[in-house]
Amino acid sequence: MTRTRRSLLKTAGAAAGLGVIGMPALAQGAAGKVVVIGAGFGGGTTARYLKRANAALDVTLIERDEKFITCPFSNYVVAGFRKIGDVTHGFDGLRKAGIKVVKGDATAVDTAGRSVSLADGSKHPYDKLVVSPGIELNFAGVAGYSEAAAEKMPHAWKAGPQTLLLRRQLEAMADGGTFILCPPANPFRCPPGPYERVSVVAWYLKTNKPKSKILVFDAKDAFSKQGLFQAAWESEFPGMVTWVAGKDGGKVESVDPNAMTVKSGFGSEKGAVVNVIPPQRAGAIAQAAGLTADNGWCPVDPMTFASTKAQNVYVVGDATIAGAMPKSGSSANTQGKVVANAIVASLANKPPGAPALFNICYSLVTPDYGISTTDAYQVSADKGITVTPNAGGVSVRMATALNERKLEAEYTVNWYKSITSDIWA
Amino acid sequence: MRKTREREHTMEKRIAAAVLAALLVPAGASAQSAGPSGQALGQTCFVCHGPDGRSAGPIASLAGLPKDHVVRQMTEFKTDRRPSTIMNRIAKSYSDEQIAAIAEFIATLK
Repeated sequence: MTRTRRSLLKTAGAAAGLGVIGMPALAQGAAGKVVVIGAGFGGGTTARYLKRANAALDVTLIERDEKFITCPFSNYVVAGFRKIGDVTHGFDGLRKAGIKVVKGDATAVDTAGRSVSLADGSKHPYDKLVVSPGIELNFAGVAGYSEAAAEKMPHAWKAGPQTLLLRRQLEAMADGGTFILCPPANPFRCPPGPYERVSVVAWYLKTNKPKSKILVFDAKDAFSKQGLFQAAWESEFPGMVTWVAGKDGGKVESVDPNAMTVKSGFGSEKGAVVNVIPPQRAGAIAQAAGLTADNGWCPVDPMTFASTKAQNVYVVGDATIAGAMPKSGSSANTQGKVVANAIVASLANKPPGAPALFNICYSLVTPDYGISTTDAYQVSADKGITVTPNAGGVSVRMATALNERKLEAEYTVNWYKSITSDIWA
Repeated sequence: MRKTREREHTMEKRIAAAVLAALLVPAGASAQSAGPSGQALGQTCFVCHGPDGRSAGPIASLAGLPKDHVVRQMTEFKTDRRPSTIMNRIAKSYSDEQIAAIAEFIATLK
């Protein structure tokens, strides 16, 4: 009997390509130690949904900061209708869910020895590792720009002190000044974000400094929700916003933080406030751990978000190369759920369920004017992650009696409450 | 002796096939066999409709809705019989089988 069972299990394991399976592994909820780096949208979701799927898992969440400040809604802090506290989330909810939250800076990963090293010298061994490091700004990607220059020309593309700096500069700006914004080429965090920022800054200026202008020097020739944004700029802030496409000279050649000038094919323009959003790549720990491709982002198996660069490592959120999915908080949230399910299955020696991937990006043009873009995704081994056809897309071009803009403004606020509760509450 | 071993071998193969079949069924699979489970699909709803389908604002809460109601609403959104800002765009992403699976999962939310 013993021999029979052993050989039977060997047969089953070999046939399933899973190696030898012991009986306990067939039970639901095999235990294991999972370390998650980064408590943002991707990492926070993954940690939480790991514990939901299997309370027996030992989940450690490593986060550099005391609290997480979201990029979503930080544009409203810049425009003055939200406070920084409104977009700041602590980790008590995650602790209450049974997750060990460790404050520390992950500096290295030994993927062969399965251990994460922190700056303080401590080591955290793992069975499975989830890396959700967000982005690193490539300051050198814009000539004349640097981390020091960002104190004069903020990027405000990582929420926190930079958000508040841009807010202060906008408040200090005289009526009649020029606000210059320079968005990067694709891919970058939050594709509609720069244009939402243009919108809510225009809303602030229209109310407070109506003689002011906004100039956008774009590396790109097209952008997310472009038709909706441009129609809204015309109807809500006529004559205030000028967007210069890359092909029309919008590509920034250099910036001078002392002269407060931006040089492009359009000439040299001086701004009262200059907001430079530099190109980006995966967060530093992803590079240190050897998880990035030549383009600076992390390739993953689209079915599970397992790294294609290291065993037992998963990458989630902005750092990933995720096919048609934008780098957004909503994308990271649904990816985190996929990773949690994939890890629970893997620890139980089961094949992962098929992934359900989805994105929704709401943007406000004014506090009462919202627009959105949404998609569900299909995943296949050969084509990767593609948009589900004949569905999704952007809000209606012309609002109807339904009052779509007002409703979507309310839904924008509700979305933020929902997603942040799903992760940090 | 040989006969016994042969029978045992056949038996092993059969049980192995059964174990393999059990292993290959994705957790929580219902109407769908190849695609994502109703749970996997349904958990993406939380991004707007709140954790476990409990919304704290004008977006509808899903917790407590019966399966048939969810199927009917999603179908009406999908076919544009019920106007909406965004659900008609979203509902078109899912097959009728997937909608049934999502609804079945949502009906389990307390």
